[in-house]
Amino acid sequence: MFPSSFAYHRAASVADALAQLDANEDAKILAGGHSLIPAMKLRLAMPSMLVDIGRIPDLKSLYVGDEIHIGAMATYNEIRDHEEIASLLPILPQAIAVLGDQQVRARGTFGGAVAHADPAADLPAVFAALNGRVRVQGSAGEREIAADDLFVDLWTTSIEPNEILTEVIIPIPESGTRMAYAKHPHPASGYAVVGVAAVVPMRDGTVHDARILVTGATSKPTRSTAAEGALNGSVLDADAIAQAVAVVAEGLDVNADTYANVDFRSHLLRVMTKRALESA
Amino acid sequence: MSGAEQDTTQRITMTVNGEVRSADVEPRTLLVHFLRDQLGLTGTHVGCDTSQCGACVVNVDGITTKSCTMFAIQCDGASVQTIEGLAKNGAYHPMQEGFWEEHGLQCGYCTPGMIMSSIALLERNPNPTEEEIRHGLEGNICRCTGYQNIVRAVQYAARKMQEEPVSAD
Repeated sequence: MFPSSFAYHRAASVADALAQLDANEDAKILAGGHSLIPAMKLRLAMPSMLVDIGRIPDLKSLYVGDEIHIGAMATYNEIRDHEEIASLLPILPQAIAVLGDQQVRARGTFGGAVAHADPAADLPAVFAALNGRVRVQGSAGEREIAADDLFVDLWTTSIEPNEILTEVIIPIPESGTRMAYAKHPHPASGYAVVGVAAVVPMRDGTVHDARILVTGATSKPTRSTAAEGALNGSVLDADAIAQAVAVVAEGLDVNADTYANVDFRSHLLRVMTKRALESA
Repeated sequence: MSGAEQDTTQRITMTVNGEVRSADVEPRTLLVHFLRDQLGLTGTHVGCDTSQCGACVVNVDGITTKSCTMFAIQCDGASVQTIEGLAKNGAYHPMQEGFWEEHGLQCGYCTPGMIMSSIALLERNPNPTEEEIRHGLEGNICRCTGYQNIVRAVQYAARKMQEEPVSAD
């Protein structure tokens, strides 16, 4: 379908964009557009206004300071081409390589993926596994939201309608941290039927504070505290991995659809957990 | 405030295949429809409504883009290259030559997007393996060929372009 009519505003600055959001209740932010525009073409989204933030220079920042800063408009390709960020967070180029397609990777943004919170997307789980947080700006001021507090439900985050995600911030992992992303893609859409993002810090050969995030199998990126518990204190050997795999689905509300019922999805979850932990 | 109201059109200007073009569009006009219906550049095709098939792939400001997943108004001030802009002075781009020599098409519907995507692929990776070619073209669906000759066409172009680099537009 053609999208329904809307007014278009190309924002010159974040303040300009925020003023539009405050003045127009049904306005939506347009970034890379590769989730929003397909939804508008199916009329699942019918905003009365689009505020295009694609040309705001401040939002393109991509740098390593005390932490890793990824601006809202940094595209997937720009992120994986950033040598320092890619080497500090190898799970990022790994996940980006298996998401979408060339054109999605060229225009889609990390900020957009996190704000859109598609339950079958890859990067929200990777972001949460890395214990990242987002900086959001509203006309009332700025605040940060930690990954564990961000995802509320399918396509729903705790970002307010008149706030803009301006930056993703990821702490630099301590040295020796193991990380990997494994995914079973839907053969038609490429989205994650199940994806597992594992970030496993290790000190003196022993795991501590592991973060195992599941996507595709749940309504939002969800930690498997059972798998994390099986790994913490272990030496991440075959036995520890087997234990984590055995319990990864415990406590998770695994969903079902025509491609995969609960049993099959849970099985895929165990397989992807094993692959992620073995390749981390 | 700047920007168009709902239901009203706005004048946009962009460079398409090196030529400055202006027209009035509604904000909701997709770039692919602008190119095809308003500029008469029908080489870019519409093959789906879910942004999956890649028949509409063009190049916007140097970025490979599904023109069905961008609004024309977003491209106000941009530089767009379509399949019609590849051949120079009657000489085919090596990728077009590859698709001809290796018969990388049957019905031709996916072909313009397939060629544009393949060029983008070689820009990032000038010497791809077969697996990298197949992975890189996951955003372009072909219902006719089974992809084998498409892969051969891209390999042909990769060899040719390494011998004789194509100058940037």
